Amino acid sequence: MEYETFYTDLLCVGAGLAGERVAIEAAAAGFDAILLSLVPARRSHSCAAEGGMQAALGNCAMGEGDSPDVHFADTVKGSDWGCDQECARIFADTAPIAVREAAHWGMPWNRVVAGKAKYWKGGEEFEAEEKKEKHGLITARAFGGTAKWRTCYTADGTGHTLLYTLDNKITQLGVRVHDRVEAISLIHDGENCMGCVARDLKTGKLRVYLAKATLIATGGYGRIYSETTNTVINEGGGHIIALDTGLVPFGNPEAVQFHPTGVVPTNILVTEGCRGDGGTLLDVDEKRFMDKYEPAKAELASRDVVSRWMMYHIAQGKGVPSPYGDHLWLDIRHLGEQHITTKLREVYDLCRHFLGVNPITQLIPVRPAQHYSMGGVRTNSDGAAYGLKGLFSAGESSCWDMHGFNRLGGNSLAETIVAGRHVGIKVAEFLKGAEVSFSTDLAASAVAADANRIARLVRGADGEENVYAIKDAMQQVMMDKVGIFRNGDDLQAAVDELRAIYAKALKIGLKSNGIGANPELALALKMPGMVRLAICAAYGALMRTESRGCHARDDYPARNDRDWLNRTLAYWKDLEADLPELQYEPSTQVVYLPPGDRGYGKTEIIPMDEPKED
Amino acid sequence: MSRKLKFNIFRFNPEDPNSVPHTDTFTLEETPSLTLFIALNKIREEQDPSLMFDFACRMAICGSCGMVINGRPGLACKTLTSELPDEITLMPLPVFKLVGDLAVDTGTWFRETNTKIESWIHSGQDFDPEAIEERMENDLANAIFELERCIECGCCVASCGTANMRPDFVGAFALNRIARFIMDPRDQRSDGEYFEVVGNDQGVFGCMGLLACEDVCPREIPLQDQLGILRRKMAFVGLKNLFKPKKPARERRF
Repeated sequence: MEYETFYTDLLCVGAGLAGERVAIEAAAAGFDAILLSLVPARRSHSCAAEGGMQAALGNCAMGEGDSPDVHFADTVKGSDWGCDQECARIFADTAPIAVREAAHWGMPWNRVVAGKAKYWKGGEEFEAEEKKEKHGLITARAFGGTAKWRTCYTADGTGHTLLYTLDNKITQLGVRVHDRVEAISLIHDGENCMGCVARDLKTGKLRVYLAKATLIATGGYGRIYSETTNTVINEGGGHIIALDTGLVPFGNPEAVQFHPTGVVPTNILVTEGCRGDGGTLLDVDEKRFMDKYEPAKAELASRDVVSRWMMYHIAQGKGVPSPYGDHLWLDIRHLGEQHITTKLREVYDLCRHFLGVNPITQLIPVRPAQHYSMGGVRTNSDGAAYGLKGLFSAGESSCWDMHGFNRLGGNSLAETIVAGRHVGIKVAEFLKGAEVSFSTDLAASAVAADANRIARLVRGADGEENVYAIKDAMQQVMMDKVGIFRNGDDLQAAVDELRAIYAKALKIGLKSNGIGANPELALALKMPGMVRLAICAAYGALMRTESRGCHARDDYPARNDRDWLNRTLAYWKDLEADLPELQYEPSTQVVYLPPGDRGYGKTEIIPMDEPKED
Repeated sequence: MSRKLKFNIFRFNPEDPNSVPHTDTFTLEETPSLTLFIALNKIREEQDPSLMFDFACRMAICGSCGMVINGRPGLACKTLTSELPDEITLMPLPVFKLVGDLAVDTGTWFRETNTKIESWIHSGQDFDPEAIEERMENDLANAIFELERCIECGCCVASCGTANMRPDFVGAFALNRIARFIMDPRDQRSDGEYFEVVGNDQGVFGCMGLLACEDVCPREIPLQDQLGILRRKMAFVGLKNLFKPKKPARERRF
């Protein structure tokens, strides 16, 4: 069969911030790079990040005394000690450099304005003096779970401006971006990754990409849930092709973050910057409640904690009834028109356009929604994937793993360019020493296998199951049974139901003809893989008999450092099987900060040295 | 009682030899707060799984879903059906190459144009990881952000009389982008260098002043002002150039 073949040094699957940042580093070192993207690069989900990125610059009054050490400690506590501390350390140390580098490339970060400034915290106004000597330097706002104001921002369009800044750099360097191209399988010989088979989403034709290094930077897998803030393209495509090798593990698939302020009913996100800037959460009586549950941090505890209290408060009958179920209110009215129309202008726009709510005078209906995937393609601290040489991952798609069981707001946007920078340097080092002989036979058999998959789907050779019905069923199970609060019975039911759904997913047949850029075929090709990801998450959650960060088990409420200070590694070695093989590794090899109390959230801890009961 | 909406949707699959351009009609019961994002997905999932259209963020910040909605370019995700009559006609954006049905290839067009106008900071300096950042006034950062808010959805280009007639016209988006760089002290291009890029009929002098671009911009960017300012500036540079010999282009560094 005929197909086009492209050769390059570095193939980046995904052209959001992480993929672009790695590619910039490789291109600057003189290597050829190609970026693949489902959509034009500037439409990647990175553009949806609103509030900002954390970096310990310590320029603003409320950030005084900040340092990478404090940022590191906040990140580890945020992760509920589930993170790899070596990566968290590299991250906190590099973040200030990455922020300044972005400024050098044109990022319009907001700046310190010297003099007395009025701010809000928990509904109370206060004054702070911004120092003269800091005037004009990059400023920061408050985000949850941080000891200092550390989140650098451009209004609430930080991800958008950062993505455009990096994509400008990509344009300047002449890096090739192949948009509307979807990687559908990795090409490998059991030891080395050599690139991928991809489907051209403009024509439907298959292509082969052969590369010395392949990077997965495809963002999260939020679309395995029905209620998610994620863009429609966050279907876990990169995770699927990595997991399908049977060699590369999916780290901590059960670590899924729910963001406190998804808008009801559309699940569009309103930034944590709303609460960081002094916004409050109100209940049906229009009264605050977070200050009662979390006296120290109130609305600015970590996301897992705030989301849980919100759902708890709704369960106490304090939610606001609506046709879309009970919700709570986000109140930013007191911040005033000037603040809302400048620092929160995206929120201002989206509330008016999508809700018909003017946040200057009205309350915003919110409820937690799936938001972030801490789990992902497990890599070492260089970003090199376990199990296959020449395969790397960075950003949300990776389990690098600086977030453990809960990511702090402002740390994901930061991870994209910080880890992207670090992994990019390591990829360039790898490329310098890489001698890869591409096997065209291997490529030919890989592309033939994918062509066969497509032909069977079009013919309905395996069955006539409807791909959209399968997607809906999977998303509903995940939402109902693998959500914010989890328990053994629900998780077992979820695993059983997902296994039944998986059996159907292997029998999908297209209703349409599959010709050209056919969207039904695109979904059908990844549907079994999406269900595999869902099973990994549900099964990983079922087996993890403790509560840590976002993983909250009603039947195992304690964080169990004795038995579960580890990371799940899910392998799918046999595509005929309907369960992954789970292995575990210690959360971190290096311990700078031993496990302790986070300082927020309900804490019940089984310490590492507590003897076992039996 | 809820309305029955009638959707007339342009259909054509260029990859299918049996496909000819035509309009298909679908009907859908209107539900509360129905947007074209929800409506089109419903039609695809329940009535015709081959229907091609583009969405990503579904919150009007990624720019994927530009299409012609009852004759006017706009973002489908932020269009509520309650703002439209019972009959809704959807066409793909003109100017851009058709992928199929309502999907067009904006990616190639914007990358080529961004390359042409050199949409990046031209700085002679290398980044120093040890140094603190250059200072900037916060008001200036805000002013840059105001223009940087463009999401390259293509609505301004699709609604532009010139862009529809001449394929090499860079469009309001590009002129706004140049205005953003002129404002930014980190970009060290001279007025003469900007003139090289947009001081011609493919750039600011190609604009006929119809200004549909500003009317349809879903981000409400003040395109008219930027066009005016840029035009005046470039006309001034053009006049100066009449009396001056051309200088060689400044050496460019990454």
